[in-house]
Amino acid sequence: MSENSIALIFAFPLFGAVFCALFGRKSPNLCHPISVASLAGALGAGIETLRRVIASEANEVSYFFGGWNADAYPRGVGIEFRADYLGTLIMLVVVGVAFLVAWYSKLPVAEETPEKEGYFYSLFLLQVTGLAGISLTGDAFNLYVLIEVAALTGYGLIAMGSARAAAATFKYVILGTIGASFYLLGVGYLYMKTGTLNMVGIEQFITDNESLADSAAMQVAFVFVCLGVLMKMAFFPFHAWLPSAYFHAPTTTSCLLAPLVTKVMIYVMIRMLLTVFGVEFSFKNTHDDEGNIWTEVLPWLVVLAILCAATMALAQRDVKKMLTYLIVAEVGYMVGGVWVYNYYGLIGSIFHIISDACMTLCLFLGVGIILRKRKTTHFDGLRGLFRKMPFTMTGFFIGGFSIIGLPPTCGFFSKWYLITGGMLAERWEYIVALMFSTMVMVVLFFRLIERIHLAVTESGENIGHGHGDLALPKSETFFDEAPLSMLIPLLLSAGVVLVIGVFNQDVVNLLQDFLEPFNLPKGTGR
Amino acid sequence: MFGEEGLLNELLVERFNYCVYVVLLLIGLYAMIAKNNLIKKLIGMSIFQTAIILFYVSIGVKEGATIPIYLAEHDPHGHHAEHIVHLDEANTIDVSEENATPLRLSHEQDHGHHAPRSLTDEETLGYANPLPHVLMLTAIVVGVATLGVALALTQRIYRAYGTIEEDAVLAAIQAEDAATVIPDVLATKPKAKKG
Amino acid sequence: MKKVALAVTLFIGALLLYAAKDFSVWGHLQSPASASPVSKHFIADTGVDTEVPNMVTAVLADYRGFDTMFETVVIFIAGIAIIAILRRTGADADSPAIQRESDVVAEPDLIVTNTVRLLIPVIQLFAFYVLAHGHVSPGGGFQGGVIMGASFILVALAWDLPKALDRLSVDRAIMLAGVGILIYAGIGLFSMLLGGEFLDYAELSHVLPVSREMARYHAMLGVEIGVAFTVTTVMFAIYANLSTRGRLEGGL
Repeated sequence: MSENSIALIFAFPLFGAVFCALFGRKSPNLCHPISVASLAGALGAGIETLRRVIASEANEVSYFFGGWNADAYPRGVGIEFRADYLGTLIMLVVVGVAFLVAWYSKLPVAEETPEKEGYFYSLFLLQVTGLAGISLTGDAFNLYVLIEVAALTGYGLIAMGSARAAAATFKYVILGTIGASFYLLGVGYLYMKTGTLNMVGIEQFITDNESLADSAAMQVAFVFVCLGVLMKMAFFPFHAWLPSAYFHAPTTTSCLLAPLVTKVMIYVMIRMLLTVFGVEFSFKNTHDDEGNIWTEVLPWLVVLAILCAATMALAQRDVKKMLTYLIVAEVGYMVGGVWVYNYYGLIGSIFHIISDACMTLCLFLGVGIILRKRKTTHFDGLRGLFRKMPFTMTGFFIGGFSIIGLPPTCGFFSKWYLITGGMLAERWEYIVALMFSTMVMVVLFFRLIERIHLAVTESGENIGHGHGDLALPKSETFFDEAPLSMLIPLLLSAGVVLVIGVFNQDVVNLLQDFLEPFNLPKGTGR
Repeated sequence: MFGEEGLLNELLVERFNYCVYVVLLLIGLYAMIAKNNLIKKLIGMSIFQTAIILFYVSIGVKEGATIPIYLAEHDPHGHHAEHIVHLDEANTIDVSEENATPLRLSHEQDHGHHAPRSLTDEETLGYANPLPHVLMLTAIVVGVATLGVALALTQRIYRAYGTIEEDAVLAAIQAEDAATVIPDVLATKPKAKKG
Repeated sequence: MKKVALAVTLFIGALLLYAAKDFSVWGHLQSPASASPVSKHFIADTGVDTEVPNMVTAVLADYRGFDTMFETVVIFIAGIAIIAILRRTGADADSPAIQRESDVVAEPDLIVTNTVRLLIPVIQLFAFYVLAHGHVSPGGGFQGGVIMGASFILVALAWDLPKALDRLSVDRAIMLAGVGILIYAGIGLFSMLLGGEFLDYAELSHVLPVSREMARYHAMLGVEIGVAFTVTTVMFAIYANLSTRGRLEGGL
């Protein structure tokens, strides 16, 4: 079975999803155990895959669906899945996050989408299948199909909530379809020029035919692939759908989508730039070593993205809404880390995908509990929460500290690499934006701490009779912790944030092994 | 760009398909972005996706080639079936029950050791490229699925707001937001909350 | 807004036309896409590898079978998502449904229903033909499934939706759609358990009395049947939900 671990990552959730749809109507109570069990199986298969990748000589494992392996047939005849360190780590993040969310989801799903549990879990598991597939596939068209699998399940999962969610989803459908179609168009151009859809094959063809770099069709293919992916990841001018869609989505949906979807799309961008178009084509002009127009323009767009998103987050008076804007800002971080075109920037970017997924998960799980307790996530509804739910709030703030970037959380280390990359590439504007956004996050989270620990209102009015927690009326200070099925995943995710932070060097070592062959500049790239 | 006689000629005559697809794509894209009516947006989306299908299918075209289904002389079964019928006409072994073409298959299984030959380079020129067709079958299916889900969303929106004009929906949403009252957890009066 | 949209659209158009001058001439035999080893392999060796005369079917169901599995899953997702979005539950279900002018009680028309009675067997038979003949002629699971789904929709059009739902309720449709995916993925999983990779149909020759190539041939029919199950049922489920805004009652 070990050699089929890659296929098992998909087989578990796929079969789980079908069983949920089959049994969901008759016995909705079965769905939750099925989901948790199949994701646990997928997680096992994922860890086995990582073990095999580490054990393998080339640090990557290929899997050919249908047995069309590259030894006996031309590469690209069948569909290849390639697990290297980058893809495997992202896949593990996807499956791990999904596992925790599935565990957490028992109560919220039953309460928010009654009678639809079967459909919900079915879509949930298929979403995971799609995202995990995106992170491992080695075929450019298969990537499109999987992107659409993830997108369609996402539409369903979000729109299951209120009518507001449906209205927000419609925007998402339009933008998502344009994005995915642009990607498809780009792949069509690539196929037309290279004659293959296999990522290794395309890269090989581009390296073998140097004249291709000058061709207009290739340039346009590059533009459309990048544009499509930027749209899908809610990069700043295309972010309009994200805040309202995630805000109005059911709790479990936002817990699953918020940490994963945007990050996986950033992974797709890195994958396309590094291993499909190749570093030479993506970051350099054809004639000299100067960076091309993308490396000049995109960091500035990133600055704009981070500044705008952070400012908008500052204006929110609702925790969940605020977090959705933080996601948009974080997307800016990671895109910036890629386009400063520097070894350390890229390490930071990939590491930040991992750590941001964990900390966003942590925050959204916390917000889900708040929403369930208080029926609102508005700042005014937070009063005295720490007294009631000390464990939940501790977990929530570990996520918060990580997003600010306090050691020893993983957010500190990934931001450290991002800043190092920016400095070495002499992209000062990017660093300023990062610093600004960090300051904003400090303000935001200390504002939250104030509300959660003390009895102040939005207008700053102190409504108690004493100081701090003492100001709260007695009835609001009794211990009223969240149910264990929600609390444990939250604490686990907080634990993961800390563990990745403490063992950051191990993750970075894997990434260094992956990035070393690409010969990225370790100093300035310009 | 269009001033050059040669370029125009190049674009319109030799690459007419590619120009048509660009025009279709733009119509769809414009409708998706600019139209106010949700259904019109979806119509735009369909045109947009169809344009991409036209583009892909154009890649697969080969001058003078036929559809990618083997002609009788290349058919892995047609040729052999003929051949086998001559050899053992009385041989009526009934092997498989689920097959779609019983006559051919039963002969085939009897002589499972034969190998249909690989086509020469010359012969492959006679068939259109099958890959873009396959890809577009997938893209069509994805397009249908997206359209279906989007239509369901439109109905959901209509049910809630009674309109499918985007600005009217937005106005309704803003009105709803303005009317929302934050649940009163702020009341200074002690209130037991058990969620 | 409209002007911005127009500018964006024209910019995209200019980009695409700029690239179009770089394309190989239409129908060129030696363009990279047509002359690549991959495309050549499909044309030259499909017969050798799978014995299927229709290359498109072979590429769809075997070479790129993993894509097609997810394509089926996409259909399945669409069915589930539409029901999940439109079905009314809890408080929502009590809200009065929007009354439609067309909600009048009318007898099904005699001529229409009798014609449909005659037509439906033909349509369904044709669906089976398209499905089973996909190996040798244009056709296959998706096409056959759509035709089959159309026959159910025709019942709903000629009589009313409840009549069609008597034959195939939406819950059962979703169940059968799941069964279709189970068939597809099950064949894939089974061939994996027999020692190959996922979806490596050739391994089925261990259990079927045929050669490795013919095992691929037969397994392709199997997965096409799975696809047809999903497509038939989901097409009908989509129609039933969309035509009644999820209420599943009344006619068109």
